[in-house]
Amino acid sequence: MVVDKLSDADVDRLFQALADATRRDIVRRVTVAEYSVSGLAALYAMSFAAVQKHVAVLERASLVTKEKRGREQIVRGNHEGLQKARRLLDEYEAIWRQRAERIADILAEG
Amino acid sequence: MPVISSTKNLEALSFTLVAEFDAAVERVWQIWEDPRQLERWWGPPTWPATFDGFDFQPGGKASYYMTGPEGEKAGGWWKFTAIEAPRKLEFDDGFADESGAPVEAMGITHAAVDLQDIGGRTRMTVHSTFESEEQMEEMVRMGMEEGMREAAGQIDGLLAEHARA
Repeated sequence: MVVDKLSDADVDRLFQALADATRRDIVRRVTVAEYSVSGLAALYAMSFAAVQKHVAVLERASLVTKEKRGREQIVRGNHEGLQKARRLLDEYEAIWRQRAERIADILAEG
Repeated sequence: MPVISSTKNLEALSFTLVAEFDAAVERVWQIWEDPRQLERWWGPPTWPATFDGFDFQPGGKASYYMTGPEGEKAGGWWKFTAIEAPRKLEFDDGFADESGAPVEAMGITHAAVDLQDIGGRTRMTVHSTFESEEQMEEMVRMGMEEGMREAAGQIDGLLAEHARA
C-alpha cells in the first residue's frame, strides 16, 4: 500500500492556504468552473491586487493553477493538490473510526 | 461496526463522525466524563493517552499526554466550553509543550459531541473543526500509525477477496 508522504512544508502551505475564508471560497468556485482573476475580483469587496495575492497563495499550495489566456489569467482547481488535503482528512477519519471501535469494546464489557 | 457515517468538509476543514452504540446515553456519557475510561480509547494502542488533569465543568481544563512507541511524549490540553450531561459536550483541543503549557501556534481543534437516545441505544455525533496548518498533521502523527496499519489490512483483505473471485 502506497501512501504519499507530504513534507512538513507542503502541509504548512496547504493549511495556511485553506485557513482564510476568501481563499476557501475561491477554491470552492474554481473547483467547479474556471474563473479569470478579474472575474473573481468582481465577487469580493477587495481590490484586484488583493484577490491576486490570494490566488498566488493558493497556487503555491498547489490548490489552484493559473494560466495566461490573452489578457486574462484563468484560475482552475488543482485536483492533485486538493487530493492531498482530502488525504489528511481521510487519515483523521481513520483515527475517529478506531476510537469508535475502542469505545464499542469498552461498552461491551458492561 | 459502530460508525454509520462520516462527513469531511475539505474547504471548511471540518469533520463529522456519527456512530451508534449498544448502550444507553448515560453509559456512553461515562466514556467522556471518566478520564480513566477516556484514556482507554482516546489514543491508539501505540500512542496511549494519560489524563493527568481533568476539571470536568464548563470553563474547566483537562491536560493529557500521549506516549509513543519509542517512549516519546506528545502533550495536549482541553478546555470544556459546554457540558450538558448526559447529551452535550463541547471542548477546545490543543497541543501543549513538555511542561503542559499550551502551544498556541499549533492551532486549536473545536470538538462538539452530541449523544442522542435511539430506543435505548445511543447515536454519538462528533463534529471537529480545525483551525489551521500543522495542527492536523500533528494529530495524524500521534494517532495514525495504528490507523494506517488497519486500513492497509483492510485493503489487503479486499484484494485477497478480489483475487479469489
